[in-house]
Amino acid sequence: MRNYVLEMKGIEKKFANVYALEGVHLQLEKGEVHALLGENGAGKSTLIKVLGGIYKADAGQIMIDGKEVTIQSVKDAQAYGINIVHQEIVLVPHISVAENIFLGREPVTKAGLKDKRKMFREAGELVKQLGLDIDVKRDVYHLTIAQQQLVEIVKAVSFNSKIIVMDEPTSSLAEREVEYLFEVINKLKQQGVSIIYISHKLNELFTITDRITVLRDGKYVDTKETKSTTIDELIKMMVGRNLTEYYSRGEHSIGGVAFEVKELAQKGVFDNVSFHIKRGEIVGFAGLVGAGRSEIMQAIFGVSSIDSGEIFIDGKKVKFKNVQDAIMHGIALIPEDRKKQGLVLKNTVGYNITLTVQDQYKKFVHINRKKRDGIIDRYIKAFSIKTPSPEQLVNNLSGGNQQKIVLSKWLATNPKVLILDEPTRGVDVGAKSEIYTIIDQLAQDGMAVILISSELQEIINMCDRIYVVSQGQVTGELQREEFDQEKIMYHATGGK
Amino acid sequence: MSKENRVKIAERTNNPVLKFFSENLGIIAALIVISVIVAIMSPVFLSVDNALSVGRQISTNAVLTLGMAMVIITGGIDLSVGAVVALTGTLCVGFINQGMPVPVSVILCVGIGVLVGFLNGVIIAKTGMAPFIVTMSTMNIGRGIAYLYSGGLPLRCTRDDFAVLGTGYLGPVPLPIIYLAALILIVWMLLSRAKFGTYVYALGGNREAAKFSGIPTVKIEIIVYTLSGFLSGFAGVVLAARMFSGQPSVQQGAEMDAIAACVLGGVSMTGGMGKVGGTMIGALIIGVISNGLNLLNVNSFVSNIVKGIIVLIAVYIDIIKKKKMLKG
Repeated sequence: MRNYVLEMKGIEKKFANVYALEGVHLQLEKGEVHALLGENGAGKSTLIKVLGGIYKADAGQIMIDGKEVTIQSVKDAQAYGINIVHQEIVLVPHISVAENIFLGREPVTKAGLKDKRKMFREAGELVKQLGLDIDVKRDVYHLTIAQQQLVEIVKAVSFNSKIIVMDEPTSSLAEREVEYLFEVINKLKQQGVSIIYISHKLNELFTITDRITVLRDGKYVDTKETKSTTIDELIKMMVGRNLTEYYSRGEHSIGGVAFEVKELAQKGVFDNVSFHIKRGEIVGFAGLVGAGRSEIMQAIFGVSSIDSGEIFIDGKKVKFKNVQDAIMHGIALIPEDRKKQGLVLKNTVGYNITLTVQDQYKKFVHINRKKRDGIIDRYIKAFSIKTPSPEQLVNNLSGGNQQKIVLSKWLATNPKVLILDEPTRGVDVGAKSEIYTIIDQLAQDGMAVILISSELQEIINMCDRIYVVSQGQVTGELQREEFDQEKIMYHATGGK
Repeated sequence: MSKENRVKIAERTNNPVLKFFSENLGIIAALIVISVIVAIMSPVFLSVDNALSVGRQISTNAVLTLGMAMVIITGGIDLSVGAVVALTGTLCVGFINQGMPVPVSVILCVGIGVLVGFLNGVIIAKTGMAPFIVTMSTMNIGRGIAYLYSGGLPLRCTRDDFAVLGTGYLGPVPLPIIYLAALILIVWMLLSRAKFGTYVYALGGNREAAKFSGIPTVKIEIIVYTLSGFLSGFAGVVLAARMFSGQPSVQQGAEMDAIAACVLGGVSMTGGMGKVGGTMIGALIIGVISNGLNLLNVNSFVSNIVKGIIVLIAVYIDIIKKKKMLKG
């Protein structure tokens, strides 16, 4: 029998009368990277919260090093060497890296003051141990998102963790930064730390994990050795059925140029950006996080301003003073951060879907309810948005359904050019596949589609053509038959 | 009726009256309870005369509340409303006493209210300064000008053609109540039927998303503060007419009563949520408490204490309610 650092057996957790977890098992070996996989709502976060002492299980055992324990609070969990690195970064921006690491348990001098020197020294050692290049004296807000993510991990390590849970650590990292993170994970492994790794990006799991446990609808499905499983098998276990085609691609009959920009520039952000999109074409924008792709699209859309350059729609030169102008000219932008930029979370599904099309059914204070309800129902049905009613608050829906609402809100404006910025970020596998089908169908119907994505597989599988952006410049253009991960990465890192 | 049923009716019905009652059950119940208590302790409370008097008394606060509600729904706050009432009332009486024709003076002074609101809006929307700071400053400036202009004393005006604006009746109903009814209708229409209202909610619910949705956020914000200024200016002129005088010290702390009415009526202080109907019941509750304590001959300072406690309780209940709602 193998020795497990952690064993969770028959964990049950009920909210009201609904089982969030029912008979879930998890066995973690020393120095193992163990993936926890499942769609949104499968019970991953609930299980982690039980482990981390945030929720108390209704039934089941937790054993650490073979001894049964009860974890009542976050403090308990930390005492057993369990630490969770949450998806959202929760560092305090205006204090130093070291102070963040020791927040709430600062070493003190004899005089009772914060012992900064000791903090800097110890934090510095931790950072060095993991082979990182981060100045622990700097304030956190100077760091990139990727670096902040790593600081979170250093913080978890500083508790002498035996078990570190990483909840979607790569969701906001670019490919190269992911590799960097993986190096850190491997170092931790060598030091005997066990890692529970949660991610929706399946191909990542094959690079970094040893074993994979799949949950579905709050139940345990199976645990597989990573070496002896495949993406198809994992998807099948997650959704309980075969996804015949994960990515969809129908026949795109590509027409004339619908949208073109020439030598667009915004001082200090992007420069000399030229590209075009044809009707019925899906054009990908690949690049590292921070390459300026979102900034370019937002400037085109009128959210920020353009310093120089020209925009053409159907060959005619246009100028957008603001977002309203862009919408009127048939542009729609699905922004990268759906919660911050896409939705009014504390308002209803119906409200959000119709926010952009008030003019279609309102005349001064007269509301054409039939028309409004028609718009709302059309999209709820067409995209099978799972909501109890149009009056449900958007905040209560899953990421996938929220994203479908953002799509609805913009498709309702009947755009000619649709710009999608990370349309599947934080969306589970089932909804992802549905969103791909929607995007493909739109292109088949003749819409010109721009797809920004940090997932190379997504861009490679969905697009007809790819532009690569690096440091605010278009560094490459690839036709579908030239698509190749290495070529894209070459351009993305600045090669022309 | 079970809570679930209540929610369902609120969701399904397009009948605004039914919707109003189902959404505001809690606060309506509170109003009834408070009214019953007051009525038992002082039977005069239920007389028609007293009811009309309550109506007249709350009309100023209710009009300010209408503007405040819109401002708070955008995620802002307007502390200048009470000062604008004092400023426009004082100036209006002063102008009339200096020989300006009544209609001109009235329009001019309501216009001054509009101007103050517009300035609030422009400064807040264009510079990004905090609404709290900007409107606190205009509050001080407005009140200061009122004192300066009047020399610190109330200005009397007994001219019938002016006083009638505040003391007149339409049939048996005092004019201030008629104005209030009309203004409630207008603001309700703006908020719940016009696209302007939809945008106001978007601004407070998520300003960034509103911007990304092509909503003219700057324009909407300026309009909202301007409307609040207009309503305050209007309330100021009517109040001066009702009191036969323009008083620079009038309506001290009125902004707090308006905020309290909004909060009681379910307006979220972080913006994005709240409805006109609820805030008007909130204004009624505050009016009934003041009136009741007055009838019972309780020291008026006590009414401040009672109002403070009630607002605390209301906000606490509101927080619990919203947490539940957001969790689904």
